[in-house]
Amino acid sequence: VIAEHFPALQVVVPLLAAPLCAVLRNRRLAWLVALVVSFAMPFIAGALLVRVLARGPIAYWLGSWEPPWGIEYRIDAANALLLVLVSGIAAVIMPYARDSLDREIPHRRQPWYYALYLLCLAGLLGMAVTGDAFNVFVFLEIASISSYLLIALGRDRRALMASYQYLVIGTIGATFFVIGVGFLYLMTGTLNIADLAERLPQAANQRPVIVGLAFIAVGLCLKLALFPLHYWLPNAYAYAPSVATAFLAATATKVAIYLLLRFFFTVFAKTFPFEEIIVPAIWLALSAAAIVYASLAAIYQDNVKRMLAYSSVAQIGYITLGIGIGTEAGLSAAIVHIFNHGVMKGALFLLVGGIAYYGGSVTMKRIAGQGKRMPLTLAGIVLAGASMVGIPGTVGFVSKWYLVVASLERGWWWLAAFVVATSVLAIVYMGRIVEAAFFRPADAAAEKHGEMPLAMLVPALLLVVACLYFGLDTDLTADVARLAARGLLGKAP
Amino acid sequence: MSPATTVLAAIAIPALAALLIPLAHRQPNVREGITLAAAVAMFVAVASLAPGVLGGARPATGAWSVLPGVELRLALEPLGMLFALVASFLWIVNSLYSIGYMRGNNEPRQTSYYVCFAVALAATMGIAFSANLFTLFLFYELLTLSTYPLVVHKQTAEAIRAGRLYLLMLIGSSIVLFLTAIIWVYVRSGSGDFRPGGIVQGAFSAGETGVLLALFAFGVAKAALMPLHRWLPAAMVAPTPVSALLHAVAVVKAGVFVILKIVVYVFGIDFLASTGASIWLMYVAAATLVLASVIALLKDNLKARLAYSTVSQLAYVVLAGALASKSSVIGGGMHIAMHAFGKITLFFCAGAIYTALHKTEISEMRGIGRAMPVTMFCFFIGALSVCGVPPGGGTWSKLYLTMSAADADRFILVAALMLSTLLNIAYFMPIVARAWFVPMPRAVSVGAAAAPHGEHDGIKEAPWPCLVALSITAAGCLALFVFADRIHALIEPLTHLR
Repeated sequence: VIAEHFPALQVVVPLLAAPLCAVLRNRRLAWLVALVVSFAMPFIAGALLVRVLARGPIAYWLGSWEPPWGIEYRIDAANALLLVLVSGIAAVIMPYARDSLDREIPHRRQPWYYALYLLCLAGLLGMAVTGDAFNVFVFLEIASISSYLLIALGRDRRALMASYQYLVIGTIGATFFVIGVGFLYLMTGTLNIADLAERLPQAANQRPVIVGLAFIAVGLCLKLALFPLHYWLPNAYAYAPSVATAFLAATATKVAIYLLLRFFFTVFAKTFPFEEIIVPAIWLALSAAAIVYASLAAIYQDNVKRMLAYSSVAQIGYITLGIGIGTEAGLSAAIVHIFNHGVMKGALFLLVGGIAYYGGSVTMKRIAGQGKRMPLTLAGIVLAGASMVGIPGTVGFVSKWYLVVASLERGWWWLAAFVVATSVLAIVYMGRIVEAAFFRPADAAAEKHGEMPLAMLVPALLLVVACLYFGLDTDLTADVARLAARGLLGKAP
Repeated sequence: MSPATTVLAAIAIPALAALLIPLAHRQPNVREGITLAAAVAMFVAVASLAPGVLGGARPATGAWSVLPGVELRLALEPLGMLFALVASFLWIVNSLYSIGYMRGNNEPRQTSYYVCFAVALAATMGIAFSANLFTLFLFYELLTLSTYPLVVHKQTAEAIRAGRLYLLMLIGSSIVLFLTAIIWVYVRSGSGDFRPGGIVQGAFSAGETGVLLALFAFGVAKAALMPLHRWLPAAMVAPTPVSALLHAVAVVKAGVFVILKIVVYVFGIDFLASTGASIWLMYVAAATLVLASVIALLKDNLKARLAYSTVSQLAYVVLAGALASKSSVIGGGMHIAMHAFGKITLFFCAGAIYTALHKTEISEMRGIGRAMPVTMFCFFIGALSVCGVPPGGGTWSKLYLTMSAADADRFILVAALMLSTLLNIAYFMPIVARAWFVPMPRAVSVGAAAAPHGEHDGIKEAPWPCLVALSITAAGCLALFVFADRIHALIEPLTHLR
């Protein structure tokens, strides 16, 4: 019986646990609550995915109110996979959080951190499960506001500035989104996504619909940091607490991309031809610019977290590139990369956070010579880095393979060439870390230390193992991604 | 053990050794013991497969599906068998040599050195036995990554720069060109399996075949075809046994092996010859083999000269692939083995000279034949083999190659091969002559006196493991001259379509 309410529980549990953490003034108890909740989430998400794969999309009516009057939660392959990613990352980072936060956040503030983290988790999961456009906005704001605060809790004072930047841009994004939803509501009188998709074609060429589409697209692109709207991201990732960076980098932008897919394909696809929704020439140009610009910027960063943040902007470019191809194969490639990039970037940020654990921001100088002191950490960085480059046997390779195949299937030679050629940039920026860590002498003034605590190392390496595992066994990721792509394109599974 | 299990064991043995070696971090004797034991075990495993392959068996392992239509799978065929035999045998010799060299020069970080070596050999076996392009690519990249730490082993600024070039050129080219070619083949042909007679016929037009061949030929930068050869001379900063690994056992050999394998099993020699898509490659290869020989002639540093000599010799094998005839492919396959033995001998000698006398420049090597008679005699034999002069094994492969170039009525190529052979003689024989017939200057023997033994004019060879190792490979060069028919018999079925 309880399994029927999994879609609601997926959101409600973290949402209710958040205030509990806030009132528990003890940081260990708060951590325990967050840990239990985070561990429960993947089971719920996994169960939902299994059910979707077995029996098709799930519709869940909150309070049994029938849509379009009540709020509907609707889960198909696309958001089920996203739920698995978000909740999986949440579960992996929680054991890591305790030790890492002890060094990075004043103890009395930690219960607040866990409360905010759970709110953010609830918001992200909520955006993924809901089938109601306004509900999306509500969860978007929950997730955004809590993530501004998570970022502001970073120990570097520049975190405040970064958080403020993100606050301004994020709010614009969210506002644009809700304005867009408002326009759609104006024209159709419904907020239910499935219903919107049915009713929009009747209002197809009315200006408010077009304006609504534009507002939604730009608003979401701000949240997912598509070049040139990525300005907030590098600072936010660089100065947030390590755990928060890993969590947000692996999940937050991914959920925004999912929303974009949902609106482009589920809501608008029947109203406008795909070419009119995204205008491939502009879309692909922006994606390509994101890849080239952000990869080059990554090469010139001294702060490793900033470098990885720029790399995220570039990787988002690969995802949007896949969307821009516009075929089932391209869309599968994008969805696979959403998952794969979440795993590998999560792993990298956790590993780098292990170096930050011993104080100081992680600069090239700080990382020099760490290969000897933290061999496991650096081995993990090498493997996850190989994945960023796209070495076979890693998830990065799977993504690249799908992207190139999708480009070739459309006969877009130049795009295939572009995808493989830009991988070289990833060799350069990941190579810099490896070279510094293994072949440069350690900074004499730096504190001497070994590996990070086991409770941090194990989760980080777990994600590295996932990078390799999902690089060799793509049954879960690629097959579900293909299903999701078919679902979004409105084809039979 | 069934042959398929033995194939897996050949990869698992060095991989296991890579896990065990760090455990013996504090006991160098145990550590080197593990390396040697693993090398011998691997060779036994590989050798036990050879009779079956000679008898026509083609055992294959089960497949592990990674992506739809893309599988991890291992299978045996003659060319891979030959490559695996050569590499696994030379690993034994190279390990023996490494022990002498690394201890003799008090090299740091020896444990990680042996670990990387073992991983590199596992990757090499994977390349030799791969049944399709994806598996091949996986192990190809693993080989690059595992040899990178070996190249930068000295961790000097120069070594790091060389390592950068090494990674960037090898991984860069493989991802940009090689991977594109692989995906193209999978998309067009529906599979990347190595099949006798090839898989691209019918799926690619003649023009596209030429482009595809270019993607492969330059994408496999391990084959060091000009202009993607720069990483190889740069990597000479590594310790000599690493250079030997790079040049003779694994890396560059893997490169030309991959090219040959792709020509035979992906393109199919008949298809390639009929389209004429490989004609341009013949001339690029011919230009590389002449140019690299000329550059070698100008180098005074012995290892740099050997490196360019390798670039030139690799182009022979690429040329063999480009000629795409039965005799050329057999010649190319033989040349992999012949050059491996010849070049490893030469590198061992260069390292022995460095270990015993601390000399690296050819101009300093006057009269060293008197101090190191065994080494310099072996150097002579190795040089003969690389030049392609009897009684060196290289004679046969060059003969096959020249004949197939003549068969194809391409006399410019014949001329290039002859010219290169002359150049080979011109850059190797003066070293030998200088070592034996020019007296050693006094100043140099004072330098030698600084070495522990302190003798002036007596025999002063490298440590015995080095000496044993280079004698074995020199003997191998001679043996290959006599027993070339065995290699021919092994790889002759390569050209059979079914």
